[in-house]
Amino acid sequence: MPTRNVVLHVADVHKSFGGLHALSDVDLQVEEGTIHAIIGPNGAGKSTLLNVCIGRLAPDTGAVVFDGQVITGKQPHEINQMGVVRVFQTPEIFPDLTLLQNVMVPAFAKRDGAFRLNAMQSVEKRTDIRDMALHWLEDVGLAGQKDAIAASLSRGDKRRLELAMGLVQNPRLLLLDEPTAGMSRHDTNSTIDLLKKFKGRGMTKVIIEHDMHVVFSLADRITVLAQGRIIADGPPDEVRGNPKVQEAYLGGAH
Amino acid sequence: MFNNPARNDWMLLAGFSAVILCLPILLEPIGAAYPALMQKFCIFGIFAIGFNILFGLTGYLSFGHAAFLGVGSYAAVWSFKLFTMNAIPAIVMAVFFAAAFAVVVGYVCLRRSGIYFSILTLAFAQMCYNLAYSVLTPLTNGETGLQLTLNDPRVVDGLFFEPSAGLPRVDLFGLPISGGGYAGFYLCAITLIVCFYIAMRIFRSPFGMMLRAIKSNQNRMRYTGFNTRPYLLAAFVISGMYAGLAGGLMAATDPLVGAERMQWTASGEVVLMTILGGVGTLVGPVLGAAVIKYFENIFSSFDDHALHGVLGFLPNSIENPIVSFLSLFVGDGWNLTLGVVFMLIVIFLPGGIMEGLRRIWNLFNRRPGNRDAMPVAQTQPAE
Ligand SMILES: Nc1ncnc2c1ncn2[C@@H]1O[C@H](COP(=O)(O)OP(=O)(O)OP(=O)(O)O)[C@@H](O)[C@H]1O
Ligand SMILES: [Mg+2]
Repeated sequence: MPTRNVVLHVADVHKSFGGLHALSDVDLQVEEGTIHAIIGPNGAGKSTLLNVCIGRLAPDTGAVVFDGQVITGKQPHEINQMGVVRVFQTPEIFPDLTLLQNVMVPAFAKRDGAFRLNAMQSVEKRTDIRDMALHWLEDVGLAGQKDAIAASLSRGDKRRLELAMGLVQNPRLLLLDEPTAGMSRHDTNSTIDLLKKFKGRGMTKVIIEHDMHVVFSLADRITVLAQGRIIADGPPDEVRGNPKVQEAYLGGAH
Repeated sequence: MFNNPARNDWMLLAGFSAVILCLPILLEPIGAAYPALMQKFCIFGIFAIGFNILFGLTGYLSFGHAAFLGVGSYAAVWSFKLFTMNAIPAIVMAVFFAAAFAVVVGYVCLRRSGIYFSILTLAFAQMCYNLAYSVLTPLTNGETGLQLTLNDPRVVDGLFFEPSAGLPRVDLFGLPISGGGYAGFYLCAITLIVCFYIAMRIFRSPFGMMLRAIKSNQNRMRYTGFNTRPYLLAAFVISGMYAGLAGGLMAATDPLVGAERMQWTASGEVVLMTILGGVGTLVGPVLGAAVIKYFENIFSSFDDHALHGVLGFLPNSIENPIVSFLSLFVGDGWNLTLGVVFMLIVIFLPGGIMEGLRRIWNLFNRRPGNRDAMPVAQTQPAE
């Protein structure tokens, strides 16, 4: 098997909230161009791990290395500008803006950088941004509602919107926190297809998921977290057969 | 069907300009067509438009914007005293000093958001107000207020003109600006139109879109790759400059400034104007400013005597209690009226006058699907 570049390295991260060890000795390597699933029971620390990766939380010890650079301690917007994008567990969108604007804003971040005082430019004239945004709205199947206010969407649609907001930035690393929760079977399948479409095109994905159908149809590698510790890590078949995993997660939940 | 937003904007601007320039005719029937009042509408319109760029777009509610108004006024009067009675340098100085001051205040206050931001701005403005009365007396002339005197240097004017006998007037290349003439009104009116145009451009720009996105979900902005702080600071400084400009015009039309211009009630007033007119709309703040200044003018000139005159047809036993009740709300009690109206607006019409107009418009145009064909919708942030 050819060894690939490690694009994300979570190095010995520890994070506790008061007495609760949300993450202990978590060491994780994500290879470039793969889809890496993180699974585990509720409260295992999966979202906390992503929070540490994008600069929302600082780890107590350890570091996160992206593309050879330590990103712990950087501002969230700097981490994003490096190409790390997160889709949240509870949809984080711009509820007062239209769907089109919701996707245009991240497109601007990608094109224009972290700050630009373009107060005398007209949004209308930025057809490049508009076209990018429309393209991704079509891909997630929301183009028909592009002028609707985002707050009016269903939970599943908000998730798809947020996915478009992530994909429009053409990230190098896309972190997805339960991207299909609250979606119909049909939408879940089209999301799986959408995520597969970009496989190996320079976009690495880390996906947290409870839906085993999604996990096993997408993942190249699976890491299992339980109570803040990694209890298994390997290719899907290996993890599926691992007795520890059966006990901690698969057995208990299914 | 796609109607051209750029064309709609030009029509809005043309309509707005026409209304402002024709104010002397339009306001004739309601007895408000005199320059001193109309220029107040324009000046407070500018103040409110600027305030709305911060509050309407980013959602950051400043309770200290009158400080920038005051700084602008002081800077302008100093320009009259030291250099020239020409209005242009005074206005430029007003905007410049307000901007510089806003950079400092914004830098500090924007470290917090929500109510903490509001309180910080309020504290800053009150500090300025108190300093103006104490330590800064050499700059502000304390309680007397800063005004022109006969022995001001006016170095630039001194090079060109013989000093006249009395106090000189503010002028614009020969046109008298101070003293309540039409030249003063038209200077304010044209400045208001330019300010409106700039605000419209900001509303339609990517920058404006980012400000709205910050208002909607600032956390998302950060994880989307935006450094929100410079966006907020830029909005804060721009709105401070608008306030400084308004202060400069205030000084140009009446070159006397006291510290009460920076008091918290003055900061509160622009909040009221913006909310009354319609937060986040382009026209709303100007409407709110005009309505408040108009009614202030009417109500505060009423007194018991005038009330007795109006209600004189009633028998005395009814007239007297009614007059003493109503007199609570007029004259010095005008603020009470304003407070009551404001409460009613916030409770029943949170979108302000603009929302009211929109509802009325919808009543008469109940065709489905013409929502974006209505004129008031154009004044809304591009939804
Ligand atoms: N900011 C915080 N402050 C305190 N405790 C927290 C915080 N964030 C997470 N926790 C706790 O840390 C533990 C791990 O939470 P986390 O959200 O990472 O779990 P998860 O694996 O994502 O679970 P789920 O599948 O339910 O999303 C939980 O017990 C949670 O209550
Ligand atoms: Mg979670």
